[in-house]
Amino acid sequence: MSILVDDDTRVVVQGITGGEGNFHAEQMIEYGTNVVAGAVPGKGGQTSAGVPVYDTVEEAAIEEDADASVIFVPPAFAGDAIFEALDAPLDLAVAITEGVPTQDMAKVNKRLSEVDTRLLGPNCPGIITPGEAKLGILPGNIFAEGNVGLVSRSGTLTYQVVDNLTQRGIGQSTAVGIGGDPIIGTSFIDALELFEQDDETEAVVMCGEIGGEDEEQAAAYIAENMETPVAGFIAGRTAPPGKRMGHAGAIVSGSGTGTAESKIDALNDAGVPVGDTPEEVADHVESFL
Amino acid sequence: MKLHEYQAKEVFADAGIPVPESRLASSVDEVVEAVGEIGYPAAIKAQVHVGGRGKAGGIEIVTSEDEAREAAESIIGMDLKGYTVERVLVEAGVDFVDELYVGVTMDRSAGEPVAMVSTEGGVDIEQVAEETPEAIAREHVDPAFGMHPYESRKVVYEAGVDRQFAGDVASILRTLFDLYENSDASEIEVNPVMITADDEVVAADAVMNIDEDALFRQPELAEMEEDSYTDDLERKAGEYGFDYVRLSGNVGIIGNGAGLVMTTLDLVDYYGGTPANFLDIGGGAKAERVTHALDMVFSDENVDSVVFNIFGGITRGDEVAKGINEALAQFDEIPKPVTVRLAGTNAEEGMEILNTDLVTVEKTLESAVQRAVADAEEVNQ
Repeated sequence: MSILVDDDTRVVVQGITGGEGNFHAEQMIEYGTNVVAGAVPGKGGQTSAGVPVYDTVEEAAIEEDADASVIFVPPAFAGDAIFEALDAPLDLAVAITEGVPTQDMAKVNKRLSEVDTRLLGPNCPGIITPGEAKLGILPGNIFAEGNVGLVSRSGTLTYQVVDNLTQRGIGQSTAVGIGGDPIIGTSFIDALELFEQDDETEAVVMCGEIGGEDEEQAAAYIAENMETPVAGFIAGRTAPPGKRMGHAGAIVSGSGTGTAESKIDALNDAGVPVGDTPEEVADHVESFL
Repeated sequence: MKLHEYQAKEVFADAGIPVPESRLASSVDEVVEAVGEIGYPAAIKAQVHVGGRGKAGGIEIVTSEDEAREAAESIIGMDLKGYTVERVLVEAGVDFVDELYVGVTMDRSAGEPVAMVSTEGGVDIEQVAEETPEAIAREHVDPAFGMHPYESRKVVYEAGVDRQFAGDVASILRTLFDLYENSDASEIEVNPVMITADDEVVAADAVMNIDEDALFRQPELAEMEEDSYTDDLERKAGEYGFDYVRLSGNVGIIGNGAGLVMTTLDLVDYYGGTPANFLDIGGGAKAERVTHALDMVFSDENVDSVVFNIFGGITRGDEVAKGINEALAQFDEIPKPVTVRLAGTNAEEGMEILNTDLVTVEKTLESAVQRAVADAEEVNQ
């Protein structure tokens, strides 16, 4: 069992003829993902990464029965590409693109409230159900099949924590990158809810970072609604206020909101142990199993 | 990207928002000439990207030529929170009877813009938000439609703005919201909006920040971007396109991906060291980029040791190793001890390429950070 993606997921890659899109489409196929089509305006009828390319996502959905997309489209066109996936409609859209204008995302966010499609990202590494499917750019070889769910705002931090788990023989049910932007589709709470409902997920790791209040809201959700144990990690304890630490969303405001301390306190209050190091996170997870 | 007050006021004025008459000046003589034209009283305002300019001595009100000269001499060239003041805005003084706050920003949690109005203008609005949040009226705006006129009126009424001026303030808010949308702003704020003794409504200050991810479609605003680095290394990082923040410690940190680099900083602190910087080389970096990163951190004189932590997804370990080798090949003797930890994509290939005579290799993030912290301590003994 897993959440959101498995070996039945039929994937269309938006932007498959571009460098990134093509490379990662091949990587996804090599991992065993059921990539069924590409979608690139004006490139309909071609073949890329061994799959047929269509002009529109809707055509790919009709002709190849695609139900999920991965978006490798430059930032200027990414908002439009997400709308296309939502309107096709697909069940899941995964937006890898970094640097999507925030106001485009505000419009996307509005549409999300009106449709059933789930969006992951943007500015995220994607999602992987080990041994079944990966949608995105995550390096498949560090993951192992298992029962720990993982949700994270950061790509490489996800890899780090997964590595700490895999190295000691703890596999993952599904790992979800939700993205480091201020406005994203799937939130921590959405992912936690899915893991809570998944029978095979026995523990969850939540990796947050400074900025915003999503981690605090997730902590409140966990306290109220979750029986599955959760271990946490928060990046950015040493970040100075007012400086953007790489991610557009990772900034402690002048008034002190979004600090690591507030997030760690909220998680601890919700009964979630927060590791000081990724290794300690793995310790906590091990103690749950 | 932040606009200066004078730039934001040009944008406001073009959109039809009333602003006081003003001139930009970069010398004492220019200031004196400007006040001569504008008249007294006048405000001399430092044009730098810092908040709280008034308290820090960057704004003065003058009522005579002598005072104008004196204020110009003290403000031009002064250091304001790390920024040197090169230009001032000379602005007609406003005889005001009331000060309001009007702003538009993105509410992250709601995922939509929010307009804010308060009668507690002229003071630090973040302090108002903390101490008396009820003093700020808020109205969320549907990004698909933009701000309806009724919404602008509603929030102005809710804030308790004097009925006589509510229409004018609502009209300013609506114009600000249109600017916010059409300019891809991340934040627009007027604090204060002044109600003058002549019953006029004027934008006396102007804050306008633009979403950097949207500058590609805001060419006119992008042209207004000015170098605002306080630090040569931050400037250099900007040129190389690195996400870089300089800190005060002595352990240099290079990595890939914001979350992992932040984590590396946190671990340096956790193991008793102090981070010198945040440097994210980004995804898929090639060897040359890696070389630039190491050069930059080496050139920071506060740095005593360096930890290089890469977990490759789209970044390849062999490219990273090549870049590290090239950076180190320039030196007869390695200037500062370097610890390298490579994991993920092509990490093994990278380890084969890496010149391990010149760097210390560690297998885990934790051990790499501990090594770098110990190296930095040793240098200081």
